[in-house]
Amino acid sequence: MSDRIDVLKTYKTYVAGKFPRSESGHTYAVKNKKDKTVANACRCTRKDVRDAVVAARSAFSEWSSRSAYNRGQILYRIAEMLEGRKDQFVEELELLDIKKKDAVKEVELSVDRLVYYAGWTDKISQVFGTVNPVASQHFNFSMPDATGVVGITSPQESPLLGLISTIAPVIAGGNVCVVLSSEKYPLPAVSFGEVLHASDVPGGVVNILTGYQKEMIDHLSSHMDVNGILNTNSEKNIRKQIDENSSLSVKRTYHLTENNWIETEHENPYYILNFQEIKTTWHPIGV
Amino acid sequence: MSDSKQSTEKVKDSSNGTTKPSSPNADLKLDFSSFWDYSSAPESRDKVDIQEKYGHFIGGEFIDPAKGRYMKSINPATEEVLTEFAEGTTEDVDKAVKAARKAFNGPWSKLSAKERGKYVFRIARMIQERSRDLAITETLDGGKPIRESRDVDVPIAAAHFFYYAGWADKLDYAFPGRKAEPVGVCGQIIPWNFPLLMLAWKIAPALATGNTVVLKPAETTPVTALKFAQICYDAGLPDGVVNIVTGAGQTGAAIVDHEDVDKIAFTGSTNVGKIIQKSLAGTDKKFTLELGGKGANIIFEDASIDQAIEGVINAIFFNQGHVCCAGSRLLVQEGISDQFVQKLKDRMETLIVGDPMDKNTDIGAINSKEQYERINEYLEIGANEGAQMYQNSSNLPENGYFCKPTIFTDVSQSNRIVQEEIFGPVLTIQTFRTPGEAIEKANNTPYGLSSGIWTDKGSKIFKVGQETRSGVVWSNTFNKFDPTSPFGGYKESGVGREGGLHGLYPYVNLV
Repeated sequence: MSDRIDVLKTYKTYVAGKFPRSESGHTYAVKNKKDKTVANACRCTRKDVRDAVVAARSAFSEWSSRSAYNRGQILYRIAEMLEGRKDQFVEELELLDIKKKDAVKEVELSVDRLVYYAGWTDKISQVFGTVNPVASQHFNFSMPDATGVVGITSPQESPLLGLISTIAPVIAGGNVCVVLSSEKYPLPAVSFGEVLHASDVPGGVVNILTGYQKEMIDHLSSHMDVNGILNTNSEKNIRKQIDENSSLSVKRTYHLTENNWIETEHENPYYILNFQEIKTTWHPIGV
Repeated sequence: MSDSKQSTEKVKDSSNGTTKPSSPNADLKLDFSSFWDYSSAPESRDKVDIQEKYGHFIGGEFIDPAKGRYMKSINPATEEVLTEFAEGTTEDVDKAVKAARKAFNGPWSKLSAKERGKYVFRIARMIQERSRDLAITETLDGGKPIRESRDVDVPIAAAHFFYYAGWADKLDYAFPGRKAEPVGVCGQIIPWNFPLLMLAWKIAPALATGNTVVLKPAETTPVTALKFAQICYDAGLPDGVVNIVTGAGQTGAAIVDHEDVDKIAFTGSTNVGKIIQKSLAGTDKKFTLELGGKGANIIFEDASIDQAIEGVINAIFFNQGHVCCAGSRLLVQEGISDQFVQKLKDRMETLIVGDPMDKNTDIGAINSKEQYERINEYLEIGANEGAQMYQNSSNLPENGYFCKPTIFTDVSQSNRIVQEEIFGPVLTIQTFRTPGEAIEKANNTPYGLSSGIWTDKGSKIFKVGQETRSGVVWSNTFNKFDPTSPFGGYKESGVGREGGLHGLYPYVNLV
């Protein structure tokens, strides 16, 4: 045994392409399955949610106007970076007492899921767009277009795979997001922020907050500049609160609760479509 | 004439009280009164039968309302009572939902997709056969010009049924990798601006995908929905597949709140849409909302000006401006704005406001007293906000609810008349210098339903069209509708699309 003292990691948040601490100044203890504290995570609250929404909105115009090809390349780059840091993520999952075999599987599936959605970016409008044969002398076509800022409540379990399965379809379609990480296991989410940071994803496209979801969901889902919510929290009253808050600004809200994220049904182009607006353009035909 | 002359004389810059420099002819109004008088050409209502009283259409029968209460539908052009119709209560709605469920679990689900489609085709044909009757009824009940109900509302309603009929047995091709199943019982609540057409938008895709419906028409325009019920009856549609329950907001709320309804489709105001979305919170009901709008109509310097003028007229004065996707905010590039506004005023002078049954009429009656008062309130708000109002010099009929086509200049982005939907023949006019500024202004409302772009430059159309956040982009045209063309809003203008392939989504569960 060496006498060296390990350097412990300070887990922060990922907002606007930076790694700030929570404005609240508070942290909470992250425990493994044996109830032993393994790290402290930021306990984000209202101000952090607001800052993250501002960061996301600022990034939206640029990200949504990137070419589909470019977005695909960037998603693929995230997969590459994650693959390269596989060991780190496996270790982090093991720290939470997830079995090594399961941890490896979760990280590998996460990489594959990113690759899956990377390939959709430049196909979604071909498969789900239409040219419409209107009866008048007009050329008319409909194309999917990003909804905007999407709030995501990440699943508690599958802290990495669940996180990526919810983020990837949202950003593949040109949206930006504010993500509330797994409350129990926030560490992989924060480390995934570092992967994003190293992957040419413009700052603000994905913003990751840790903390108690209950303390943030109300603020996120009632924020007037959030256009949609993807919720995986299965608590009934939380779901209802999200729905009610969504009505304040007619948000597009989807609930994906009680899922086994390992299943391939979560590789699903309709998840991309959930946060797409169909835009129809008309132009007269004539000389 | 005298009223409007006064209003043009008041053209002052509101900020410092000095007279604003403008074209030397700015105060002149073209006078068409000598040679633009058309002889009246009223449509006859002789062959149109409107009953004195209508019940609900539930389970294939016309039945009296449970509580026995009736409401009146007024012809807004004459203020006379057109007919009485049932006021739906929770009991009526419950009965209708039960009938719809029974039909869904029974004959309608057992029918093959092909045969189901043939019923929808049959309905389309029957609408065509009764088109004159329906058009006249629509105009009498809602006040829209007969030319419009005859040439737009009714034919497009028939076309919607025709289009969706064909989808019934082709749904396997509509959703890549998935199979479509019907949702179940659909509750549908429609507005008064396009009564039969909105009914078609709702019922046609619902039936084609194998659902059954309970539909509530608006309380000021129920009659064509009840005539449509007769069509369903005559077409031999199985009992309970289509149920029409009439009434006002409470009847609609009873549909939304009914626990055996699987999906809600609502078209109407953003305020009511938000209430509906809230009351559906925590349930598994699907919903689509087609809500308000404040469409920007952007005119670039290189546009064909005369075409653009026609487009602006159509964008805001079509259907008295009772159009959720109306181009109610005009954005004109600075260099042509004086000339453009003058031409617009000249063109407005030729608009004929009056008897909706007259085939010459361009602008008919405001749909209801309530709406008439709301529009007038906004005219006052506009004046109080310091905007300059200009109206054409029509002589309005003595009876009925009519509003002159109106434009407001000297408005700013934060004005209520710029931000809020007026739903009347009222246009605000702003200017811009660069395409960037136009996009910024166009997007700067909570709405996102429609926008118009007028330019001769193709690349500009695509650039601006890409960046305006609205569900419909009309370039070098406006207010065009077609059953194959998806329609619906971004942001607070709604959720989901109606029309086209995308209009099937709200009515299916994908497995």
